[in-house]
Amino acid sequence: MKQPIQAQPRRCAAAGRLVAGLLLATASLAHAQAPAAQSGGADALYLRSLAATCANCHGTEGRAVDGSAVATIAGLPRDYLSTQLKAFKNGTRQATVMHQLAKGYSDAQIEQLAAYFSALKK
Amino acid sequence: MQRRSFLHSSAALGLLGLGACATTSIPAKARVVVVGGGYGGATAAKYVRMLSDYKIDVVLVEPNEAFVSCPISNLVIGGSRQLADITTPYSALRSKHGVTVVRDIAKTIDTAKKTVTLGGGSTIAYDKLIVSPGIDLMMGSIEGLAAAQASGQVLQAWKAGPETVALRRQLEAMPDGGVYAITIPEAPYRCPPGPYERACQVAWYFKTHKPRSKVLILDANQDVTSKGPLFKKVWAEQYKGIIEYRGQHKATAVDAKAGVIKFEVQDDVKAQVLNVLPNMRAGAIAVQTGLNNLGSNRWCGVNYQTFESTAAKDVHVLGDSIQIAPGMPKSGHMANSHGKVAAAAIVAELSGWAVNPAPMLTNTCYSFVDNKNVIHVASVHEYVAAEKTFKTVAGSGGVSTAPTELEGVYAMNWAQNIWADSLG
Repeated sequence: MKQPIQAQPRRCAAAGRLVAGLLLATASLAHAQAPAAQSGGADALYLRSLAATCANCHGTEGRAVDGSAVATIAGLPRDYLSTQLKAFKNGTRQATVMHQLAKGYSDAQIEQLAAYFSALKK
Repeated sequence: MQRRSFLHSSAALGLLGLGACATTSIPAKARVVVVGGGYGGATAAKYVRMLSDYKIDVVLVEPNEAFVSCPISNLVIGGSRQLADITTPYSALRSKHGVTVVRDIAKTIDTAKKTVTLGGGSTIAYDKLIVSPGIDLMMGSIEGLAAAQASGQVLQAWKAGPETVALRRQLEAMPDGGVYAITIPEAPYRCPPGPYERACQVAWYFKTHKPRSKVLILDANQDVTSKGPLFKKVWAEQYKGIIEYRGQHKATAVDAKAGVIKFEVQDDVKAQVLNVLPNMRAGAIAVQTGLNNLGSNRWCGVNYQTFESTAAKDVHVLGDSIQIAPGMPKSGHMANSHGKVAAAAIVAELSGWAVNPAPMLTNTCYSFVDNKNVIHVASVHEYVAAEKTFKTVAGSGGVSTAPTELEGVYAMNWAQNIWADSLG
């Protein structure tokens, strides 16, 4: 079983990240006892948040339960994901619900989602 | 062999008892405490852990041993599914995500001291609190309902669990030729299409087992509040002569002994099985904490960008308890979406980062019109900073063209995936 990971001081190996590390340390002081949260910073968090809007139907991190007719989208090729989402959005690919949901995302968001899910393991 | 397996599992349980999985050892302090383990709370607990790369400690306080889903529960009432099919344990939140799940109620919340005191007497301090208690049924809004409910004669089954099964038993015990009546309160209430789906499920059961019986829908609203044309077509065709819909029927009193429901204007209605849904409001702990500051003090106002309460700092409210934004239904899917936005906001704030300026929400509500065929309503919502609210993205969303078995397959897969997304 996975044990809870304790908060640890962030290590910045690369010299180029030293400034970021200092800024983070300052931020931590400003927010007493704040843990150094996940790697990748705020933008990565926003992207994970955007991708989480797919998880309700396609499973956490795009991995659907075994035998699901709703597809696992983690690990699919980036071009395929982007092309299919755009096809749902513009109506060239028929669907029961996905054509309605795809219209809720901008083309830029579709590219972000395609990049995100294609980088995950199946 | 069996004995050995038993011993092994006992040893494993013993070890777990010493670790983070113990429910008996309640930490005195947690960075995030979550009150309520439904679609909103369970999802938020899991996603605070995930999005912080497991660096933020989370304690989930939930009185029930397992999660019982309201979506799909109407199929238990219709008889095509069992309660076990819609029940998910909290074990994966512990074992896979390191959430400390405490089986207890939150008795009091002190938003000044930032503590939660449990029914068992322990007090937990928090940095951020998430309150996701679902709805409370306002029994007092209908005369005689509280007593009729307490005696088990008039049920709601609007929180899935033992009452879901009890309502099923009432329908099974009803003689053929009887009438099942469901009353619907004025919107907003939990799960807009839920009462109409339930009417379909009961009608499907009657059609297949008690063909002389009838379903009466008595709706306080002007007209059907969700998927109206789709439901009405099903009632007119598939359930012709079984389902009758009456709008503008606001229930005011119930006489359980006589089997009678009274209305504000219209004539009394007599039925054998009464399913009376009163007005709803935010769950009791939210009201007790004074978070119910909107909608005639029935709902909790939130900053939609973070779901932080507008009544108390560092307290986030999710799911059916909140004052909804335009076009936002009180649904399980929506509560799960709230949970993720709040979790990301909390992770950002505890990391000293700016909160996501443009959070998104999705919603998909599937309704079974019989044991296999399904219709849906779906929408995508974006945070509009200038107006400080969520709005549906123009051109997104919509409903089914007609009930299909294919959507029935997707609906069950939706359920399995969202249960896993919230609790797995």
